[in-house]
Amino acid sequence: MSETRIHQEYVVSGNNFASAGSASEEVKSTLKKIGVASSDIRRVAIAMYEGEINMVIHAGGGVATVDIYLDRVEIVLADKGKGIENVELAMTPGWSTAPEDIRALGFGAGMGLPNMKKYTDEFSIESEVGVGTTVRMTIRFG
Amino acid sequence: MAERKIKCVLDEKALHTVMLDPDKCVGCVTCMKRCPTEAIRVRGGKASVAYERCIGCGECVRLCRHHAKLPAHDSWDTLGDFRYKIVLPPPSLYGQFNNLEDIDIVLNGLLAIGFDEVYEVGQAAEYVTDATKTLMQYGGIESPIISTACPAVVELIMMRYHNLAGHLLNTLAPVDAAAKLAREAAIARGIPAEDIGVYFISPCPAKVFALKMGFGVERPYVDRVLSVSDAYMRLVPAMAALTDIKKMSKMSSTGLSWGISRGEANATEELKTIAADGIEQCVAILEALEDGGMQDIKFIELNACVSGCVGGVMNVENPFVARSRLHYLTRKLKNAPNRMDDIGKTADYFLWEHDPTLKDVFKLDDNRLAAMAKMIEMDSIFETLPKVDCGLCGAPSCSAFAEDLVNGVIPHDTKCPRLGENKEGGK
Ligand SMILES: Nc1ncnc2c1ncn2[C@@H]1O[C@H](COP(=O)(O)OP(=O)(O)O)[C@@H](O)[C@H]1O
Ligand code: SF4
Ligand code: SF4
Ligand SMILES: [Mg+2]
Repeated sequence: MSETRIHQEYVVSGNNFASAGSASEEVKSTLKKIGVASSDIRRVAIAMYEGEINMVIHAGGGVATVDIYLDRVEIVLADKGKGIENVELAMTPGWSTAPEDIRALGFGAGMGLPNMKKYTDEFSIESEVGVGTTVRMTIRFG
Repeated sequence: MAERKIKCVLDEKALHTVMLDPDKCVGCVTCMKRCPTEAIRVRGGKASVAYERCIGCGECVRLCRHHAKLPAHDSWDTLGDFRYKIVLPPPSLYGQFNNLEDIDIVLNGLLAIGFDEVYEVGQAAEYVTDATKTLMQYGGIESPIISTACPAVVELIMMRYHNLAGHLLNTLAPVDAAAKLAREAAIARGIPAEDIGVYFISPCPAKVFALKMGFGVERPYVDRVLSVSDAYMRLVPAMAALTDIKKMSKMSSTGLSWGISRGEANATEELKTIAADGIEQCVAILEALEDGGMQDIKFIELNACVSGCVGGVMNVENPFVARSRLHYLTRKLKNAPNRMDDIGKTADYFLWEHDPTLKDVFKLDDNRLAAMAKMIEMDSIFETLPKVDCGLCGAPSCSAFAEDLVNGVIPHDTKCPRLGENKEGGK
């Protein structure tokens, strides 16, 4: 028998700040319905939201795939954006290429990727300039 | 697999939040579609509330053009229940009267219509603000601190935002603080405890419910909760007939402004605060807070009603009119707020007496695997539905209809009436 899984997919549209966070909102609602601990929900929420907003700001949108299992959630954020030249640098807290107009909106503090890593149990990022970026995260329920 | 049904029975909330006048309800689904917790269903052409999900915000009362939704409260006849009657007028009450120049006119009017003593909730709010400032420094509450003055918002957090519970300001609501102080003082003056009845004049069903059940308190401090409109009808002629106006008010502008959105947040004197009003905006703030936002903010005031408590659904006046009147009246009051020191109290006196409990009303099943199975079934049902959220089935959205099916709230063979196979829909 295959593992019970709730599969969800969200299209995150680029440069639409108003819609950023809606995938996170739906995932939170599902996790609450299946009784996941609130501290775990919060970790998922932060990681999802930061990932969504990165796709909006830096990649012109993308797709969030969320698989919820009994003991964990696996999130894949894939975009076909401009990619990241130096992933290691991008992971540095406070490092950001967000333009001024976006910082003025309160985004681009350079804490997104570091926080996604911090709040998840598994984190990986693959990126190729001109091709796109894929972030994979797993959060295990405590 | 344990079947979990949404209760549609009369329990405490049925008695203390909103009731339906079935003769007036035409089943138009307006209230159902706008309920922030999706607590309403239309069955047999009439709106029914799953009270375990009701937060008492009064949105359905506000929206129903047929006046079929009635906020619950105690009747004016309950004034006969106690020998010594203490009344607690909330700041929002003063916004109900046209051309009011002096708050003392309202306070004297309250004595004229049968109360023996008045204690302003606004005065108690100032002590709560004072306690809040202490807690913000030493209280160990997670930042940003979320106000607990609006019980509709607090109820929503207890139901849906469990991971924000650590942010809640653990002070008594100003009305409870007022009741505690007034009762204590009356007893100290030798009035027998059993003779004392504390009455609140409520702007909303959320406060009626919170006070009846007691929130953060060992037992309710308020004995009866009356409605603003009942008081208004009696106050207007009594105020007009006053010949002698005693100086009574002790409240400053700080306490009065608690009746409007931003009042409490400004009173903290923190530089970075948020004050959101209207339940949709409150939800947006709570969602963003869960996602890790607003870390630079120190205090968040959330009012379910637009404009704050002047927007409460049991008031008589338009929220924006009432709000402008409160602004006008604040200029007439002293600026220096009442301090806990003045009455020899410390922050401890104003703290919750016990922590409120979280509520699990959205969980599909206590067993996570069973809940997941329901979720998967829900998703597959949802895929077959028109996804137009028309409300014809008696549920507020296609996904709520799917959820009702898997929860066994409606018979498992109920069809979407829009798909045409079965003209009955929900019953
Ligand atoms: N999906 C993405 N596509 C392209 N570049 C990205 C993506 N996600 C992150 N980056 C790059 O990594 C940097 C750091 O990201 P992050 O830590 O989230 O900070 P911020 O988004 O505040 O700039 C960004 O400024 C951006 O240059
Ligand atoms: S708004 Fe609700 S209570 Fe009022 S008539 Fe419509 S369905 Fe009935
Ligand atoms: S904002 Fe005030 S009037 Fe409105 S529900 Fe909350 S406590 Fe009641
Ligand atoms: Mg980012």
